[in-house]
Amino acid sequence: MKYVMFICTPVGGEELSPEEIADDPRFTSYIDEVRTSGVVKGGARLRPATDATTVRVQGDEVLLSDGPFVESKEYVAGFDIIEVADLDEAIALASRHPAALGGGSVEVRPVWE
Amino acid sequence: MNEDERADGVEEAVAAAFRDEWGQVVATLIRVTGDWDLAEECAQDAFTQALDRWRRDGVPRRPGAWLTTTARNRALDVLRREAVGAAKLREVAVLARDGGPFDPHDPDFDNDSGVADDRLRLLFTCCHPALPIEARVALTLRTLAGLTTPEIARAFLVPEATMAQRLVRAKRKIRNAGIPYRVPPAHLLPERTTGVLGVVYLLFNEGYAATSGADLLRTNLCAEALRLARVLARLMPDEPEVLGLLALLLLHDARRNTRVDAAGDLVTLEDQDRTAWDRAEADEGAALLETALRRGRPGPYQIQAAIAACHVTAATAEETDWADIAALYGELARHVPSDVVRLNRAVAVGMSESPEAGLSLVAELEKAGDLAGYHLLPATRADLLRRSGRMREAAEAYEKALELVENDAERRFLEKRLAECRSA
Repeated sequence: MKYVMFICTPVGGEELSPEEIADDPRFTSYIDEVRTSGVVKGGARLRPATDATTVRVQGDEVLLSDGPFVESKEYVAGFDIIEVADLDEAIALASRHPAALGGGSVEVRPVWE
Repeated sequence: MNEDERADGVEEAVAAAFRDEWGQVVATLIRVTGDWDLAEECAQDAFTQALDRWRRDGVPRRPGAWLTTTARNRALDVLRREAVGAAKLREVAVLARDGGPFDPHDPDFDNDSGVADDRLRLLFTCCHPALPIEARVALTLRTLAGLTTPEIARAFLVPEATMAQRLVRAKRKIRNAGIPYRVPPAHLLPERTTGVLGVVYLLFNEGYAATSGADLLRTNLCAEALRLARVLARLMPDEPEVLGLLALLLLHDARRNTRVDAAGDLVTLEDQDRTAWDRAEADEGAALLETALRRGRPGPYQIQAAIAACHVTAATAEETDWADIAALYGELARHVPSDVVRLNRAVAVGMSESPEAGLSLVAELEKAGDLAGYHLLPATRADLLRRSGRMREAAEAYEKALELVENDAERRFLEKRLAECRSA
């Protein structure tokens, strides 16, 4: 089954640079693990929510606003597309994700196939 | 035997088969078809057919095997009819092959371990932690115990449409989110077993909290929970907590009929008619607890069962070993750090040492504030004050408890106590 894991981080939490992530053993061991297993089929790390622009259309007017559509305590910091046997495997993977270990959360959503 | 008598016999046989076999039939059908709704429909259909066929041909030697075969054949018919694309046809072929020859006389057909595994698979899937807790309970009752949606709705005091939607959503999530239909592997088993036991315990408590004749459906939940606990204990006999849960339910259930009087009012443990307790249930519970404790891996259910056993084995209320109970609550608080457990310990200390010793523990809990709004906190203080003869203070505490209580039977009980304190 295909799932997307949304990696959610608390607003105001620390923003690690790509270099810091490359040096952080929590991340490197996780990244090594998923690379070897080959379950991650794609994904991206996203810039913080403060860099977001939300687009809406009302009639023929395009409305822009700064920041994410919904104000919340967490924002989506990245996502991974994974392919595993079932929800238990997806949960196992999500529960080892460094973001879940560090006060964030991972939302696991099945892909509509 | 005349025709009517025979018809009655068949109806009884079908009713008994429904109680004993429904869960197994549905569980097997889900495994072979992968379709929860189809499994329920076909199981229902098999029981309907049984009424006719058993009347004509007699009750089969193994009703469960007959019902499973009939339901499986029906599922195949439905799938064949629906099979339009090649993919679907392949699925049917797989189903037909996996099912083997559909022969109820096949000696391997209802091979006990396979059947047992299916029910366990179903129970673990219904109780998967990715489902909301209310859905886990409802789904367990529907698929494993065979209660109808209106029955479950009434038992949980929610509108039928709400319950129907809850079941639909849960089944949809199982399918769409890829919740596996299986007994979890060893590394997940302890955690998931705890979840399953939690659902069974919740079911029992729903029924146990029900008090009067109008709540009969709710009290049936106790019987369903006991049946599920028995299935679990049979299937996982090496898990002491599984045995502990069954022991706990039996020990509670032994006192169930004496908890309320004819008027539906609560009767405290102290005033219950001990001669009316179900001795057979109590003895079975106590024996199971012994077996569980011998494994040397105590847990919350075994400890709670041990506490229940202290009550049930005391010949009179005065002979209750409250010091033992206080120690057991202390032990339980180590496993389940909860203020409700600490409150129960305060009661036991109040009974074994002195009301004042209990009151000082209650005062600590009041100071901590986590139980604010819980009616049993002031009710416990009231009871300890009453026991130490401080009637005016007790009355005030009862008034406070009455502001918070929600259950009618408990309200009447607190009102009675309040009146006693005022007139003392």
